[in-house]
Amino acid sequence: MKAFERRKRDRVRAEFEPAEAALLINLLGQIIELLRDRNGPEESSPDPLFAQLGTTGSSLPPEDPVLRRLLPDAYRDDDEAAGDFRRFTERGLSTAKVENAQAVVASLAAGGYDLEDPEQSEDPVEVELGERAVQAWLRALTDIRLALAVRLGIESEEDAEAAAESDDEAVSVVVDIYEWLGFVQESLVAALG
Amino acid sequence: MRARVIRVSACDTIGRVSNPSPIELDEPETGEVTELDRPWVTLVWNDPVNLMSYVAYVFKSYFGYSDAKAHELMMQVHKDGRAVVSSGPREEMERHVQAMHEYGLWATLQREDA
Repeated sequence: MKAFERRKRDRVRAEFEPAEAALLINLLGQIIELLRDRNGPEESSPDPLFAQLGTTGSSLPPEDPVLRRLLPDAYRDDDEAAGDFRRFTERGLSTAKVENAQAVVASLAAGGYDLEDPEQSEDPVEVELGERAVQAWLRALTDIRLALAVRLGIESEEDAEAAAESDDEAVSVVVDIYEWLGFVQESLVAALG
Repeated sequence: MRARVIRVSACDTIGRVSNPSPIELDEPETGEVTELDRPWVTLVWNDPVNLMSYVAYVFKSYFGYSDAKAHELMMQVHKDGRAVVSSGPREEMERHVQAMHEYGLWATLQREDA
């Protein structure tokens, strides 16, 4: 990957290896799937008004710990208020997260990654992002990192250090991805500053 | 909630005031206003995942804070485990919390500590 750099008119640019783009798309796909499972099958043919009103939203937090982190309670010590808030807003939040993830996939496709035939993608994927896409990238990269952190059991700074030093091959593979995503995001934030 | 607040204020009035006629009307209102005036706050909680640069960026770009203020709030989250990043009406704080959740920050709202 070539780190993000600022271009003209508040645009930023980066370059990804095809394997890196494939990894991002795979992880984003998992996030989208998780969120859609939470929303139920009607997500595929959403009625915007219905979705906005959130009449079918659940007031209970998700059981999956990743979803619970992506869609957290808005009230800490008030289950009733947290439930009401969730019922009326969770669908909107979840939809926004799905759209952010889809926007990142779209940027990679626009940068030359062949979604239909990934094997054909041999050249580096060049992404150039405007303001809106930047916002989607920042949020979607965060969502992936939050999800991986939950799966790695990272709940404190100490957990993060322990995961980084783990001898378990399965863990260290995920830690490498987690840290790489941190690098991608750090470079994006730096390019904006 | 509202009724309870007024009733408590009325008891206070009876206990403290010698001349009841105008004050019995005024005092409950004062009590109610005080409760409603106590603002709501948006809290952002520390987490080991979000990058310090990103958290400061969110405070700066979403709330429009200066670099210095955004950095100070970010450090407060990091060191104290949480920071009040905004205060005001409940509906506004709910919008902020929703926005923070979209950014992936861990935020909640509550009444400002008395």
